[in-house]
Amino acid sequence: MNIVVCIKQVPDSDKVTIDRETNRLNRAGVPSIINPFDENALEMALQLKDLHGGKVIVISMGPSQADEALRTALSHGADEAILVSDRKFGGADTWATSYTLSLAIKKIEGVDLVLFGKQAIDGDTAQVGPGVAHFLDIPMLTYAKAVEVTGDTFKVDKVTEDGYEIWDIDKPAALTVVKEANQLRMPSLKKKMAAKKAEIPCWGVEELQPVEENIGLAGSPTKVSKVFAPPVKLNKEILSGEPSEMIAELIKKLKEQHVL
Amino acid sequence: MSTTKELWVFAEQREGKIAGVVQELLSQGQILADKAGFTLAAVLPSADGAGLCQELYNFGAKKVYTIDDPKLADYQNDYYSRAVAQLINEKKPEIVLYGATTIGRSLAPTVAVMVDAGLTADCTELDFDVEAGNLLQTRPAFGGNIMATIICPDHRPQMSTVRSNVFKKTKLSDREAGEQIPYEVDLSGVPERMRRLESVHEADNNSIDLNAAQFIVSGGRGVGKPENFKVIYDLASELGAAVGASRATVDAGWISHHHQVGQTGKTVCPVIYIACGISGAIQHLAGMQSSDMIIAINKDPDAPIFDIADYGLIGDLHQIVPEFQKQIAAAKAS
Ligand SMILES: Cc1cc2nc3c(=O)[nH]c(=O)nc-3n(C[C@H](O)[C@H](O)[C@H](O)COP(=O)(O)OP(=O)(O)OC[C@H]3O[C@@H](n4cnc5c(N)ncnc54)[C@H](O)[C@@H]3O)c2cc1C
Ligand SMILES: Cc1cc2nc3c(=O)[nH]c(=O)nc-3n(C[C@H](O)[C@H](O)[C@H](O)COP(=O)(O)OP(=O)(O)OC[C@H]3O[C@@H](n4cnc5c(N)ncnc54)[C@H](O)[C@@H]3O)c2cc1C
Repeated sequence: MNIVVCIKQVPDSDKVTIDRETNRLNRAGVPSIINPFDENALEMALQLKDLHGGKVIVISMGPSQADEALRTALSHGADEAILVSDRKFGGADTWATSYTLSLAIKKIEGVDLVLFGKQAIDGDTAQVGPGVAHFLDIPMLTYAKAVEVTGDTFKVDKVTEDGYEIWDIDKPAALTVVKEANQLRMPSLKKKMAAKKAEIPCWGVEELQPVEENIGLAGSPTKVSKVFAPPVKLNKEILSGEPSEMIAELIKKLKEQHVL
Repeated sequence: MSTTKELWVFAEQREGKIAGVVQELLSQGQILADKAGFTLAAVLPSADGAGLCQELYNFGAKKVYTIDDPKLADYQNDYYSRAVAQLINEKKPEIVLYGATTIGRSLAPTVAVMVDAGLTADCTELDFDVEAGNLLQTRPAFGGNIMATIICPDHRPQMSTVRSNVFKKTKLSDREAGEQIPYEVDLSGVPERMRRLESVHEADNNSIDLNAAQFIVSGGRGVGKPENFKVIYDLASELGAAVGASRATVDAGWISHHHQVGQTGKTVCPVIYIACGISGAIQHLAGMQSSDMIIAINKDPDAPIFDIADYGLIGDLHQIVPEFQKQIAAAKAS
């Protein structure tokens, strides 16, 4: 069984702040990591491979540094990696990202399953998985926490607001994977060494032959018009003392503000 | 680009019940539609929608496009996206809003690529720029560390998914019925590629959905041990609140992961979030800092949770939380 896992390289989010003067992101010196949810997608793929054989192929679209994230994935046990990178892909929103990734996945033969993280922790949209699935014309379920192979279909547990659902979905399929699914295994030393030396092909416009108006900034219907720091709380009040007095004071304030 | 001057709200229903966020979207949709000079309409895919229309009129919809088909009784991505995309392609609305629920966040991104539209995710603010004709869609990104305003200048419709509880519901009294417009979609040509076998609602002590809750009471490691969560549950039930938790308590096995709030748990946006014995790690804040009001109870005056709290109560939660419950109960009785 061949499984493609889409991984995004993201800044370690607790270290990204915004400059309140310029409203720009302070990204300098922020380490990059594999999007945490994509680790769960990778582990799901590796477990399926352990049971059923086949190959796990990781793919990432981004600048050339995204190569690091791919090597990390190889050290955890992925078999092959592909970097999707071209200046012309820059500035892509989820529409253009989905289109571009789908072209790359179409080039890979015999894919049975395409896995995504639940969402990326930087863009936070959770839109790329459903978008890619549509471009590939394959069925898709979001928020998967477990999967089993059942002949020509997959049986999937999907998390909902108040419980879960069990679905039967035809191969090839796409899933976005939640944190509860699993925990990524440790990298092995041997694989780490091999990952360092692995050849990672880079596919750009030449290899993927996209319709040019569908990629990068031009192919992106959404535009970020403004970025700013979240508003700070101005009227903060700290109460201390006897619990009964604190609570009486609090309830009074909540009533004044009509929230109770 | 010729469009119909309409603003649509996707009327999500589950088991024949309209999702709460739909009422919020209609109420905010009305404000935006008035500003833009658009007509407010709802789109309702279901097995049989006629009986649900009045509720949508009550919150301002002038028109309801009902798409009836047995295949649309429950959410299925292929059928729903086909139905909604076909209606959009035919009627060409200016704006389509979806709740940022598990359903909305599957449907909207699929429809967006089908109809070649942009989609802004998980918005917490919506405004309309009358001059440019653009919807101003504001959303948190980077785990809530930044806010971004997104526009979609050259594509129609402009589409967003929107969080629960950020907009107030305004039920209009004495609303007369709007217009039901039945729309036919032929789904026989859509291959049946996935089937729901089972749907499990986990009956938990707390059946209130965190995403839709108005009030949330959350416990952290400061609760001390699993039995002590009782004080959290007691306050929650007094307030009609849902129960949340930090990851530390979930990892310790004190409470199920359904309750986890944060970067790797749920993102919530209640009217009041009460954090009890939670230190305020950035990953926890990522899931709750856009709450309207935050009340923090912690014995450590330097706990980072106080940085984002509107009200901070310094002290032992084992005394403060039961006292809170007691006084709420007394206030209700009087
Ligand atoms: C502040 C800000 C706000 C934004 N808001 C929007 C918006 O509202 N709408 C919009 O369309 N775009 C938006 N974007 C652009 C968006 O972040 C990018 O298009 C990004 O490339 C993909 O979206 P995401 O990070 O949200 O990924 P998600 O859709 O959250 O990612 C889901 C999964 O898709 C896979 N994946 C995503 N990106 C890649 C990749 N490059 N390579 C491999 N796999 C990948 C991973 O498995 C990931 O877990 C925004 C960007 C910024 C900086
Ligand atoms: C990749 C990643 C993802 C993560 N995702 C999440 C997530 O989604 N959600 C999440 O919550 N965390 C997440 N975490 C974990 C997070 O970093 C913190 O470890 C966690 O939030 C701490 O939980 P806590 O506040 O309950 O515990 P602690 O940090 O131990 O805080 C306990 C607090 O209780 C107070 N306290 C103790 N006793 C009392 C008392 N009797 N009365 C009042 N106060 C008392 C203490 O002063 C302290 O402030 C994540 C971490 C990582 C690395």
